[in-house]
Amino acid sequence: MSSKLIGLAEAAKLVPDGATLSLGGFTAQRHPMAFVYELIRQKRRDLYLFGHSPGGDWDILLGAGCVKRVELAYEADEAFGTIGPRWRRAVQAGRVEWEDYSNFGMVTRFQAGAMGLPFLPTRTMFGSDVMAKAALTAEQRAADPRTSPQKLAVIESPFQPGEKLVLLPAIHTEFCVLHVQKATENGLVRVEGQTFADNLQALCADRVIVTAEEIVPEEDLRREPERNLLPPFAVKHVVHVPYGSHPYAVYNYYDYDPRQLKEYHAAAMIDEDFQAYLEKYVYGVPDFAGYLAAVGGPGRLDELKADPDFGYSPNLKRRRLD
Amino acid sequence: MTTVSNPPLTYSLTELMTVTAAREIRDNEVVFAGTGLPMLGAMLAQHTHAPNCLIVFEAGAIGSRMKHLPMSVGDPRTVRGAAMAVGLAEVFTYILQAGKVDVGFISGAQIDRYGNINSTSVGDYRHPQVRFPGSGGSCDIACLAQRTVIIAQHEKRRLPEKIDYITSPGWLTGGESRKESGLIWGGPSVVVTTKGVLRFRPTSHEAYLASYHPGLSAGAVRDDTGFTLDTADAAETPIPTAEELHILRNVVDPERVFLK
Repeated sequence: MSSKLIGLAEAAKLVPDGATLSLGGFTAQRHPMAFVYELIRQKRRDLYLFGHSPGGDWDILLGAGCVKRVELAYEADEAFGTIGPRWRRAVQAGRVEWEDYSNFGMVTRFQAGAMGLPFLPTRTMFGSDVMAKAALTAEQRAADPRTSPQKLAVIESPFQPGEKLVLLPAIHTEFCVLHVQKATENGLVRVEGQTFADNLQALCADRVIVTAEEIVPEEDLRREPERNLLPPFAVKHVVHVPYGSHPYAVYNYYDYDPRQLKEYHAAAMIDEDFQAYLEKYVYGVPDFAGYLAAVGGPGRLDELKADPDFGYSPNLKRRRLD
Repeated sequence: MTTVSNPPLTYSLTELMTVTAAREIRDNEVVFAGTGLPMLGAMLAQHTHAPNCLIVFEAGAIGSRMKHLPMSVGDPRTVRGAAMAVGLAEVFTYILQAGKVDVGFISGAQIDRYGNINSTSVGDYRHPQVRFPGSGGSCDIACLAQRTVIIAQHEKRRLPEKIDYITSPGWLTGGESRKESGLIWGGPSVVVTTKGVLRFRPTSHEAYLASYHPGLSAGAVRDDTGFTLDTADAAETPIPTAEELHILRNVVDPERVFLK
């Protein structure tokens, strides 16, 4: 197999304006942040995002004006910021089109897409407004054929009269970008710790770009194939980006960065401060190396380094940030 | 006869609520925990009366035994020492939807007398005055756990007559309405608030005040509630024990990540 390695800027250029995209990770963990910053630096517009529980990866894209429509269950950094400030503002100002599902709902939709099925049944959402109400109007749905014509459907089980199920439409995206611990040049992928829904998101996308902490020899990952995430055909491009999820955590590599998250959440509450944040950490630096220097360089990153006995940094200062 | 008088216990509201929530967990139960107070409660229960409870996180950790308090349900701190690390689909499908979760923890911005919760938005849904993060796993936990423990800020506007959006279904409109909606099991069993503890009547499924926190009265809690609250059976909330406080402060959250 030939090398799939490419550079970060080159990889981000593959995603055009208006593309449908899902990003790996979960709230404050393993988002492909270096890739996100590069999309912002390249002034990508009108992205259509699908996710379950994104965090600041979506928030900064929303704030930077890169996003037109989203389908999601949650957008915040949990204890680091119980609301995504730019998500809140985008909704309240009518600057983003969105549809709400639950986490199980969105994950089931990725699963249906990964399985090549048009939908999957579940027992969730009954009695809720997540089931009863749709945020996208019929006109908005009709305007983009990539949106499911219906949010969901309720059926009675053909095998059990009276038993109701919620059918959730499959997701299919043009791109999926993951940040993982280890990858090989030819696209074998190893995720350590929780997988979140990365495997499902990758398998329902046309093109998968993986950014990795380490590029390792193929025989290393073939030694324990039961720990690998995806079949080799699933991954189109591999990018080597150490610390590529900062300020979010990568199990066994480094912890989340409470100081940076506090700075982000404070800035993102106020329009001018958010623009200044983008200027300082994204537009004002040429690349991800420049970003890492701006957030404190090796001194700061060493403090976040995971202790091999724990998979995170047990002495990290992380008192409640409010 | 000599009596030894211990100094009176002092504890914070967060500690009282955490202990109250932890006592809702029984030994050997499968617990679906969320960020913040539920994590404190689940860890406290594991270190006290429920050493064999199985803590599950929607992001993929199953059977966690945390050495350090997580700040996210996907936190690396939930992984090492756990029974399994998988993903959301496995936890939601094979554990939650399969009916294996005994008790789930949820919270939200608004809650009504039937334990329905709003964590989506206030105002018109398509043009909200205030937008919140959204359901996350809350709707799923509310639908599919065998019972739920709700954590809430107790203010009139947060416990209104009618909530703006049902993110997480409780007993819906009471009576048999939950079952009729398609939810064949589950429902809220208790609401631990900043002022007291609410439980639900068996048939009507309407909330009543089971206890008010020390220093308050049943009447004061009722006056801070937006819906009519039955206080006929209200007693004072039992206070934390010295052992519970010791473990909470020295084992569960010595860094004071969430404890105040």
